[in-house]
Amino acid sequence: MTEAGNATNAKSMTIIVTKGTLDWAYPPFILGTTAAAMGVDVTMFFTFYGLELLKKKLDLQVSPLGNPAMKMPMAGMHMGMPNLVGMLPGVSAGATTMMKNMIKKKGVASIEDLREAAIESDVNIIACQMTMDLFEFKKEDMIDGVKLGGAATYMEQALQSHINLYI
Amino acid sequence: MADAMLDAKGLNCPLPILRAKKALKDVPRGGTLQVMATDPGSVADFAAFCKTTGNELVESKADSGVYTFLIKHTG
Repeated sequence: MTEAGNATNAKSMTIIVTKGTLDWAYPPFILGTTAAAMGVDVTMFFTFYGLELLKKKLDLQVSPLGNPAMKMPMAGMHMGMPNLVGMLPGVSAGATTMMKNMIKKKGVASIEDLREAAIESDVNIIACQMTMDLFEFKKEDMIDGVKLGGAATYMEQALQSHINLYI
Repeated sequence: MADAMLDAKGLNCPLPILRAKKALKDVPRGGTLQVMATDPGSVADFAAFCKTTGNELVESKADSGVYTFLIKHTG
């Protein structure tokens, strides 16, 4: 890390990113960008559904199906969604729109912005080669600056890092 | 008067910190940056950010929902 790093805090962190929904895209990107801003050398390893977060055009969704903890503010209260309703066509799309509106209204960063911030602050981004092959994703589908690697690439970094997270 | 100002009002975690980090790059060493935010979590976050990065949090105050931080670029 060049500019963002500093001598007082030459620490490093890795995050394994396994989820690709709109809600679960937040924890890794928030922690990754904030750590980088605090002078930490950050590596993010994207595998399985986490690879969705590296696509050039993001189309992240959130689903209330099988997610009883997802309670949205509605009509002055918080409401969860029964699975029977959550499985109806259009409900996930509606929940996604609602979540995106809330994100905007509350001044929460978009995933696009956080991802941009991660790239700007030299976060080391690795896409899992095996899952790329498994899902038949091409390197051209992904944003620029992504490196390809496997478990050994991750482990080499993890072994010398102070913090290793799995999200 | 601070050397640079950053209005982070209305922004939520982690944007005030990310913007402050960016703004600090343009503040000469020894200079100061004033940040204004409305995120209540920013009080603890700016203290932690400054402590970790070696920048000095000269002042942290709250006034009717607006939090003001004065950061000296020493990190």
